[in-house]
Parts: sequence; structure tokens; C-alpha cells
Amino acid sequence: MSEGKTDYIPGQYPDLPPPITEVGVVGWLRQNLFSNWWNTGLTFLGLYLVYLIFVPLIQWAIIDADWVGDSREACTSGGACWVFIRVRLDQFLYGFYPVGEQWRVNMTGLLLAATIAWLTVPKIPGKRYAGLFALVIFPVIAYLLLSGGSFGLEPVETTLWGGLMLTLILALVGIVAAFPLGILLALGRRSKMPIVRALSVAFIELWRGVPLITVLFMSSVMLPLFLPEGVNFDKLLRALIGIVLFQSAYIAEVVRSGLQAIPKGQYEAADALGLSYWKKMGLIILPQALKLVIPGIVNTFNELFKDTTLVMIIGLLDLLAIIKAALEDPNWLGYSIEGYTFAGLVFWLFCFGMSRYSMAIERKLHTGHKR
Amino acid sequence: MSDASSEKAPAAASFWRDPEKRAWLFQVLVVAVVLALFGYIFQNTLHNLEKRGISTGFAFLNNEAGFGVLMSLIPYDETYTFGRTFLVGLLNTLLVSAIGIVFATLFGFIIGVARLSSNWIISRLAALYIEIFRNLPLLLQILFWYFAILPLLPHPRQSIELGEAVFLNKRGMYLPAPITESGFGWVLAALGVAIVASVFIARWARHRQDTTGQTFPVFWTSLGLIVFLPWLAFGITGFPLSWEYPELRGFNFRGGITVIPELFALALALSIYTAAYIAEIVRSGIQSVSHGQTEAAYALGLKPGQTLRLVIIPQAMRVIIPQLTSQYLNLTKNSSLAPAIGYPDLVALFAGTTLNQTGQAVEIIGITMGVYLTISLSISAFMNWYNKRMALVER
Amino acid sequence: MSENKIHHAPEGLPAVQMQGVHKWYGEFHVLKNINLDVARGERIVICGPSGSGKSTMIRCINRLEEHQKGHIVVDGTELTNDVKNIEIIRREVGMVFQHFNLFPHLTVLENCTLAPIWVRKMPRAEAEEIAMHYLEKVRIPDQANKYPGQLSGGQQQRVAIARSLCMSPRIMLFDEPTSALDPEMIKEVLDTMIELAETGMTMLVVTHEMGFAKTVADRVVFMDGGEIIEVNEPHEFFNNPQHERSQLFLSQILQH
Repeated sequence: MSEGKTDYIPGQYPDLPPPITEVGVVGWLRQNLFSNWWNTGLTFLGLYLVYLIFVPLIQWAIIDADWVGDSREACTSGGACWVFIRVRLDQFLYGFYPVGEQWRVNMTGLLLAATIAWLTVPKIPGKRYAGLFALVIFPVIAYLLLSGGSFGLEPVETTLWGGLMLTLILALVGIVAAFPLGILLALGRRSKMPIVRALSVAFIELWRGVPLITVLFMSSVMLPLFLPEGVNFDKLLRALIGIVLFQSAYIAEVVRSGLQAIPKGQYEAADALGLSYWKKMGLIILPQALKLVIPGIVNTFNELFKDTTLVMIIGLLDLLAIIKAALEDPNWLGYSIEGYTFAGLVFWLFCFGMSRYSMAIERKLHTGHKR
Repeated sequence: MSDASSEKAPAAASFWRDPEKRAWLFQVLVVAVVLALFGYIFQNTLHNLEKRGISTGFAFLNNEAGFGVLMSLIPYDETYTFGRTFLVGLLNTLLVSAIGIVFATLFGFIIGVARLSSNWIISRLAALYIEIFRNLPLLLQILFWYFAILPLLPHPRQSIELGEAVFLNKRGMYLPAPITESGFGWVLAALGVAIVASVFIARWARHRQDTTGQTFPVFWTSLGLIVFLPWLAFGITGFPLSWEYPELRGFNFRGGITVIPELFALALALSIYTAAYIAEIVRSGIQSVSHGQTEAAYALGLKPGQTLRLVIIPQAMRVIIPQLTSQYLNLTKNSSLAPAIGYPDLVALFAGTTLNQTGQAVEIIGITMGVYLTISLSISAFMNWYNKRMALVER
Repeated sequence: MSENKIHHAPEGLPAVQMQGVHKWYGEFHVLKNINLDVARGERIVICGPSGSGKSTMIRCINRLEEHQKGHIVVDGTELTNDVKNIEIIRREVGMVFQHFNLFPHLTVLENCTLAPIWVRKMPRAEAEEIAMHYLEKVRIPDQANKYPGQLSGGQQQRVAIARSLCMSPRIMLFDEPTSALDPEMIKEVLDTMIELAETGMTMLVVTHEMGFAKTVADRVVFMDGGEIIEVNEPHEFFNNPQHERSQLFLSQILQH
């Protein structure tokens, strides 16, 4: 009972290894899976669910799947027919962009990847210039490259744009153009001027109160009525206008939350320095607020990325729409699961990556604030 | 810090230097620009409408629609007016939203609690569910269920059966329809009595606990009453309810309640998608109650069930309810994806078909947006009221 | 384990007995061979550097932490996995936390009556009467209908003490009750604790307040590295510490 009491020198007690049931594989299993009969029951239920879902899934998607070939005749083994994706991949990525000009899309994509790396990888310096580049210079280059018509590039109509390329364009233009508008609206909503504030609130609440699809309907059927005779926007531009208006309201709310989180002392200090309103906002408040809301912005962007699929309903061929169209091809009827699974995989990789990134930033911001 | 006060503007600042006057001038300019923009748009619109020969105003709502719809909760055929079409669409939107809200809440709470389970596998599976369905576009999920999974269901003759009452096949889901006979009113009355009695029992139990300290199993007694009394009335009046079972006639089922595949797929996708968000809300709500609260309750001798009911849930609900409401709102707005699979909701019927028939884009989009905006604003007004009422009192 | 379960301790038996108690967090050995008997009415102050296992030790007494080896007998009931025993012990043992842990959704009065009503099955009027009695003892009866968020830290901690006392515990545990308080509020809480000590309550107090230890404690327990290094009378402990680790700790803590 009183083990070691006699020959025990205080302060010299050795660290003993814990009982075998507490640590290691056994301890882990006992604590996390089999701590009592209820937990054990749940474990078996969980294992059964895993068996029910993943065994057939892997069987279908990998083991029994057909990967090579160029027509549906190649799909004979009863599993997934990835041949369909393989054959149509070009279209899924570029839409109907002329094959000879696709290098321009690839170039833009590479430039985009580099810009994003510059923006997000902490080791690369000059984040301020990266932001400027991403918001101003990159869009110009991308526009010139993609639509052509100058520098000896052959013009490519936007009606030919489609697939993943169009999805990315919609989402990126949506966020880049909505960003400045959103900041203005957020400042407007926190302004001391009653009329400016009222207008901002009305604008923000209007777009946040209606579904994106009605906004897209509006920009596709009502916008042409608003314009003077003879002026006509193409379908893509109309969709983009709708998306930007819609998105700016959401960004405004995210930015507003950041502005609210800045301590009052910062505003007072800027006033004390005698800075004008725009200098105060631009030099002191916004840089701090925007840093705080990066996770929020990424989350909004994530939602927007998913929502770009809605343009299908007004007839644009984004990744999802072009896959749906391909599924209606009489030569490839009956491969809906493969088509949607592929679309899902692409969207999921983008969205999951973004949500993880935003979570990582959030953790970093939190630790930064504690110190 | 306090140097700012010394920078007050002198009493007689010139017009351009007085910030207040500058602010007013700026606002007047803003109003002028906004008005000019609206005027310009208005002019263009009038001109364009005239040129295209499209009439204006809301008179079209009284015109005969001339088209039928796939599904309607109220009597409707092509002889009814566009106003009626609007109502049919609105009701269908509300129906799919209500179904979606019920199932999303159910799945969401189950998965949210599973996510917090101490069992590793259950918690991982819940996390997997959340990460998969939250990160896929809703439209993709709707299309997947409707175009990829529903066609895999059997033909009506080989329907999946559940006790010869519920049938599921390519053409939809078939449920038995209740048919009430005379005397069923008594059953409803008994239910009413049971509910009223439960309220009184709850009050009495509370009063008794306040005076004597004895607790009373209110929940189980009320449940017993609410189940037992209607059954008793049901038996005494001679079972005045029959079910009309769906029956296979020819190539399809007749009778019972038919859930069209469009409704089935849309409600399923909305529930599954929103459940992933609700699960996260439930998880973060429960986690927002610090562990110290549980420890304090345990240290006072409260049992785990009491701790959950008296300490954790009341605090977690303050965090959960506002976010939950905003998810319900999102679900309702997301139900507008219905046109993608042809479910006749407000957007499909009104902003789609009716707009194509009449061309009155401004009015129709205006009404449609107005409906959603009304729903949104009334719910956020409710939420503001709720948050004010429930906010924890702080210094 | 259950064969040496003592059902009711006759007078004179210790209020808390810890025999050869060990605890691990994963691979980390936090409590090493703890042997401590606390007599009825005894006031014990537990001190030691942070991470020495003091909090873990008293949290084992009401099973907020589970020990993995050894025996803990509280008021004649041995702590085992038996839920019934844990319930009995928690009813008899009150605890005050560093961060107060008041229930923010309940008023001060409701905080105090919650456990008497639901655990002791007491009529509300009686529970409220007792609550007011103890709120008067801690000198904040006028705050009874406010919410915890409206009180200062010192007031909150006094409510927390009153809340525990409402269950008429036989033993009180204090887990660094003044560490989260501003200096000017520490005194009001310590005064309350001194008054409580004068009533003859069995108290185990984890604290860095050495003044409190000198005036109130019957014995001081010094812990380091998960073990009890020294148990001594306060006078002896402060003037003539037996162990070099106690000397080092005292020299560090008494510097300011």
C-alpha cells in the first residue's frame, strides 16, 4: 500500500511509465473506440458504415474502372468509365476555345498560379505589390491574352469560352471587381453621413436578401432594358455585372466586421495625427482591418466559387454546365455519375483547399493577437 | 492621446474647410448622382419597352396563364391567371423549403453531435460528411441526385417497397394518404386536450418543485398523454381513419401522396447540403460553452444529463439559434435553384415561364426579388429582436 | 479495489485520504505517489511552482480528474469508477475555481439555487433562503438579481464561494481562487475565505498567497514535479524549510 515510503527521498521520485492500458496503441484504442459498451457499439456501427460506403466506392471508382480508350466501347468492365472524362477533358477545361489558341489560356493560368503563390506563400516578400499586381495588372494582362484582338493575337469571342477556365474567370473577376466596391460600401455603412449610410445599407441588404439566381435573371433580362438603344453587353459581361453587384454586398459585410474589430484607439490615434479621412482609412485602419478579414474574404470567395455554377441557368457553359451538356451527347448517355463525380472532384479540391487555407490564416491571426 | 481636442476648427471656418458643410455637400452630390442614374435607367427602360411593344404595369397578373404546371398544392390548370401561377410557385417554394428545413435540422444536429463524439470513427465520419458536402456546389449536388442517382432507381413495377405502403421508383416517391372519416374530430380534440393537459402538468410540476423540491417526470408524462389520449379516442370512435395506399395501375402508381422526383431530389440535396453547415454550427455552439461550465456543474453535484439540460444547452442555444436561422434563410434562398431540374418553384414558374410568356421583366423580377427580400428582412428583424432579448448581460 | 471501501467514517477518521495516488497525462507522469491525510476541520494550503501538479491533485478529490493508481477516500467513500460514489462525493465536496465558472445565463441567485433545487431536491423558497444567507455571508446580498457578467471579478468569486456553500459541503476545495483577480480584489476574497475557515470548514487551498497560508493554514503542503516534497506547519515551513526545493521556491516567491 505505502509503497516506497521508507526508502523514499522527496524530490527523487522517478518518472514511471504509465499503465499499459493508458497509452500507446492499446490506450488509444481503449480511450477513443472502446471506453465502454456504448462506445464499442458506435465503433462497430462506424466500421460497418465505412464498409458499406468505401468498399463499393473503391471497387467502382478504381478497381473495376476503365481508364483508356476513345469511345464508350472501351468501357466494358462495369466500373466507372473514366474514358468519357479523358475524351472530353479538353472541352471541360477550355470550353470551345480554339485548340490552336489554348496556350494563351495556359499562360494566363500559369501567371495566375504564380500570382497566387506570391500572395499566399509567406516566404515571398512584397505582399503589398503582389496585391496591387493581382488586383490591377494581372486582370489587364489576362484580358488581353484571353480575348485577343491586339498584339497580333487572334480575337476569341466570349461565347467560345467555357469549362473550368470560365468558372475561374467568373469567380476571379467576381472577387477582384467586387473588392473595391465592397470596401466603399463598408466605409459607407460606417460613415457618419446619414444619406451615404442609408444608401449603403439599402444596397447591401437588397443584394444579401435575394438569391443569386434572381440577380442573374435580372442581369440577363432586365439589364438590356436599362441600356440605351444600340448598346449591348455580351452574355458573359451581363452575368459578371450581376455577380459583382451581388458579391460586393457580401464583401462589404466582411470588411465591416474587420472595421468594427479595430480598437477605437486606432481611430483616435489617427485623428490625433491630423490625418484626413481617406488617409486615416487608407494608411491606418484599412490595412489592419483587411488583414483581419482575410479568412472571411477567402470564405466568401469559396461560396462565390461554388455559386458560379448558377450561370448554367442563364446559358453560360461553365465547368458544371459543359459537363452536363456533354452528358446529353447521345454517344455518351448514361455516364452521369462519372461526369458529376469529376466535376465534384475539381470543385471540391478548390473549395477544400481554400477553406483549409482560410483556417490556417485564422489560426495564425489568433496566435498573433494573443501575444 | 488628448491632444486631439486642441485641433478643433475655429469658429468661422470658410465653407470648404468646415467638415460638416463638406459632408452635406458630398451627400447632396451622391443623391444627385443616384437620382440621375435612376432617371437614366428609367428613360432607357421606357424607351426600350415601347420599342419592343411590351406593356407595363401589373395588369398581366389577371390574364389567363395558358400553361399547366407539374405540381400544385392548390387547384390549378391552364385557365387560371398568372396571379394564380405566382401563388402556386410561392407555395411550392415554401413547401420545399419547409421539408428541407425539417430534414436539414434533423441531419445537422445528428451529425454535429456525432462530430463531438468521443468515438474516433464516428467523429471522423461526421467530419468527412461535413467536409465533402460543404465544399461541393449545391447545384452540382442537385443535378447529381436528380440526373445521376434517381435514374438508377427501379421502374415502378420493381419499386423499392417499405411495408407495402411507401414506394420509391424512378417516377418519385409514393406515400399513403390519410383519409379521415366522421369522428376523427374527436381524435384531434383528444390531442388538443393532451397538449393542454401537458402544459398544466408542466406548470403544476414546476410549482410543486418550487414548494416541495420534488421533481416530476414532466417529459415522459406529457409524451405518454400526447400519445395515449388520441389513441384512446381513436379506439373509442371506432378507428375513423383509413389510409389510401398507392397502388400500381398499369405503368404507374395511383392514389396516395405522390412526391415528384424533382421535389424529392431538390429537398434531398438542400437537406444534405445545409445539414453540413448546421452540423458545424451545432458543434461550434456546444464547444463555445467553456469546459469550466461543465466542471463547475459537476463539482456542484449535477449529473451529466442535468448539466447538459440546465447549463450547456441553454448557453449553446444562444449561439446556435441566430446562425441556424440564417441557414434556414439560406436554404429558402437556395431553393431557387429549382429551375435547374424543373421543380415548379417561384423562380421557375414566375421568373421563368411567366416572364417568357409576358416579357414583363421589370415587374416580374421586381415581384420575385420582393418576395425573397420580404422573407429575408422579416427574419433578420426577428433575429435582431431575439439577439437583444437573449444577449448575456455584461457590464 | 472495493474490498477496502469504508462506508461511513467514524469521527476522527480523515476527511480525505490519498494513498499512493499516481496519475499520467499520456506519457507524462503528473502525480507521483501522493500520500496525504486531511483531518476533519483541517485547513491545508498547497503551494509549489506552476506545473507541479497541485491543481491536478485537488481536482482528483472530486473526480474532475481520474487517478490511475492508488486510493482516494473522501469522507468515507472511495472514489472508483462507480458513478454513485462520484455523485455522493461531489455532493459533499464544494469547489471554487480560478476563473469562477459562474453560469452566465443565470442570475446570481439562480446560480446559488440551481444545485440545491436539482441535486438536493429542495423547495425553491428554502433554497433561496439559504442562498440569501450565504450571499449575506459573502456580503453581496444586494447583487442577487444581477447576472454574473455585471459583477466585478472579486464579486464573482465571492458568489462562486456562496454557490458552493449552498450545497452545505463538508469539504471545500479552492483551485487558485485569487490568481485571476486584480490586486485590489484579492483581499475581499481572502477575507471571505478566512471567515469561512473560522467556521471550522475542512479546506484544501491551492494558492500563492503566502500571507493567507501563514494566518489560516494548519499545514502547508509543498509540491514539485508531481510529488509532495514537504508537509509542515506554516511557521516551520516558512522559517525553516526542510528541503532545498522548498527553500528555493520560498526565496523566489518571497522576493517581492
